[in-house]
Amino acid sequence: MQPVTYSRLQTPSPTFFARLAGILMVVVIGLGSAWYMEHNGHWVTGMDNQIVWGMPHVFAVFLIVSASGALNIASIGTVFGRTPYKPLGRLSGLVAIALLVGGLSILVLDLGRPDRLIVAMTHYNFSSIFAWNIFLYTGFIAVVGIYLWTMMDRPMSPYNKAAGTLAFVWRLALTTGTGLIFGFLVAREAYDAAVLAPMFIAMSFAFGLAIFVLLLAVLYDATDRPISEYLIRRMGRLLGLFVVGVQYFVIVYHLTSLYATEHDGIERFILMDGGAITVLFWVGQVLLGGLIPLLMLLVRSDLLAISRLCWASVFVILGGLAQVYVIIIGGQAYPLELFPGRSVSSTFFDGVIHSYIPSFAEIGLGLGGCAIAIAIILVGMRMLDFLPARLDDKMVNPHAQD
Amino acid sequence: MSNCPTSTSRRKFLNAASVLGAGIVVAPGITLHGISPARAGSTAVSSKIRWGLLVDASKCTPDCSACVTACKTEHNLQGHDRAATDPQWIRKVDLRDRKSGRTSSLPVMCQHCDEPPCVDVCPTGASFKRADGIVLVDKHICIGCRYCMMACPYKARSFVHEVTINQKSYSPRGKGTVESCTFCVHRIDVGRQPACVEACHKDGNGAMTFGDLKDPESDISKKLVAHGGSRIRGDLGLDPGVRYQGV
Repeated sequence: MQPVTYSRLQTPSPTFFARLAGILMVVVIGLGSAWYMEHNGHWVTGMDNQIVWGMPHVFAVFLIVSASGALNIASIGTVFGRTPYKPLGRLSGLVAIALLVGGLSILVLDLGRPDRLIVAMTHYNFSSIFAWNIFLYTGFIAVVGIYLWTMMDRPMSPYNKAAGTLAFVWRLALTTGTGLIFGFLVAREAYDAAVLAPMFIAMSFAFGLAIFVLLLAVLYDATDRPISEYLIRRMGRLLGLFVVGVQYFVIVYHLTSLYATEHDGIERFILMDGGAITVLFWVGQVLLGGLIPLLMLLVRSDLLAISRLCWASVFVILGGLAQVYVIIIGGQAYPLELFPGRSVSSTFFDGVIHSYIPSFAEIGLGLGGCAIAIAIILVGMRMLDFLPARLDDKMVNPHAQD
Repeated sequence: MSNCPTSTSRRKFLNAASVLGAGIVVAPGITLHGISPARAGSTAVSSKIRWGLLVDASKCTPDCSACVTACKTEHNLQGHDRAATDPQWIRKVDLRDRKSGRTSSLPVMCQHCDEPPCVDVCPTGASFKRADGIVLVDKHICIGCRYCMMACPYKARSFVHEVTINQKSYSPRGKGTVESCTFCVHRIDVGRQPACVEACHKDGNGAMTFGDLKDPESDISKKLVAHGGSRIRGDLGLDPGVRYQGV
């Protein structure tokens, strides 16, 4: 293996700024959507007093979960000493910060009073996992920032292992905190489960790696630089392992829930009678996000090519979005069980399966958050040396002949 | 110059005038503060009281919604004919036992839990419980994240989805914040009953009893001792302040 050299994004300025402008247009659409929602009030969205968290939260949770997962590439190199991943550490840190900022932007802009962000930063209720997450999220950006510093500034390199370990532990705490936003909700039958925390960690591993793989493939394809097949196969096996992990926790979650008679209703709703939710679960989450990528990644993995890895990553991302949608929307669509054993009705939709159709504004806000993440990655790569100049076999394969 | 008799007398005059002036300014305040008795509304809330509400479902009929109407009037909860987003602080819920077919009807509102999940999850502390057990939302620091709505087992909270008009001074509301039943805290603090309870006795069937759960001599305590009372989702251990009989 040869020493790694890094470079900035070398795209010619007109091309770069044209692409950046295109991305910023989507950011503007997102900001416009947020303004529309705040100006009119949330009644113009698909959210209501039954489905209180909607499409913006699906995008936000997906991005936040993916952010911690994207950092895994760096962690595998630094903390676990896997040399093939080391050249990708810088980019991994940048993507992690960018995805988190994108996700948080959506969350903040969806608040009923986003102008009171300063209140959220100055009033803390420490019995709330939300309040803890504010520290975990902002702390994550700081810790990964320091981690990047130790990777990019030679005098800081002695602290690289310590910073990488701290970042790894922090990211585990962050995803646990995100999972527990739902795990701590005793009121709703779909949540209130400790297994949601490790399930979110497994989800983060898979989603974050899938996004990172796609980004890497696009970047290196655009500049006609090869990515080592050795690295591709390793990332493919890793992604397959993560997808297995996600499916394992999904099975444990539903089996546990099915075992308790009181949860029969919600399980029947998600697995059989939930209409679009059920379709998203089986077709989106299980088939697209689980079985298909698993087959693509683990069957003849010795012949895994970048195109197959990319398609598998696309399916993992689509399946991941479906999974987060099923968790957030499906969990709210099933009515609260106020009086077990009795059918209920009221003017406030008690006992009724709630419907939800996301508005364009919500989708616009979600896409805007994604665009913010992409813009940060683009600008970061343009300004600093994040990209390994080469990722061919000689750079990443410890067994390659010089 | 310093020994000039005119100057000395002027200084004495100014000193005396200052003292007199200060006295004129401060004394009325001290006097008023000292002699005016504190109103009930300005006394500190005490944990020696726990406000509670008992609903006798056997007296509550499906066709009566006096409590709901009274709540809407009292707090000016104007809707926009959008059932999914209009606020409802109190609602009538009709029950039917799936096995026996027995039906009943009762009002459901914020249950003013002793261990309120909404207070636990609120990131800014906007959701809070007063010493006397009333659970409220501080509209000044609610950021509209709706986590409390996710956490409430009773679906008791509403998000203000659009601009509010003609608000009552004692019941401020704001677009983008969360709200719920206040137990008519503005009435309780001056010794009155919540609007729903008053209406239930006046226009309904007298199914509601409001009072201090910690006072063994209160009507609500005596009724609970005599006939018991159940809690909605009592299994969650939240110890709601609203109890039901005849469910």
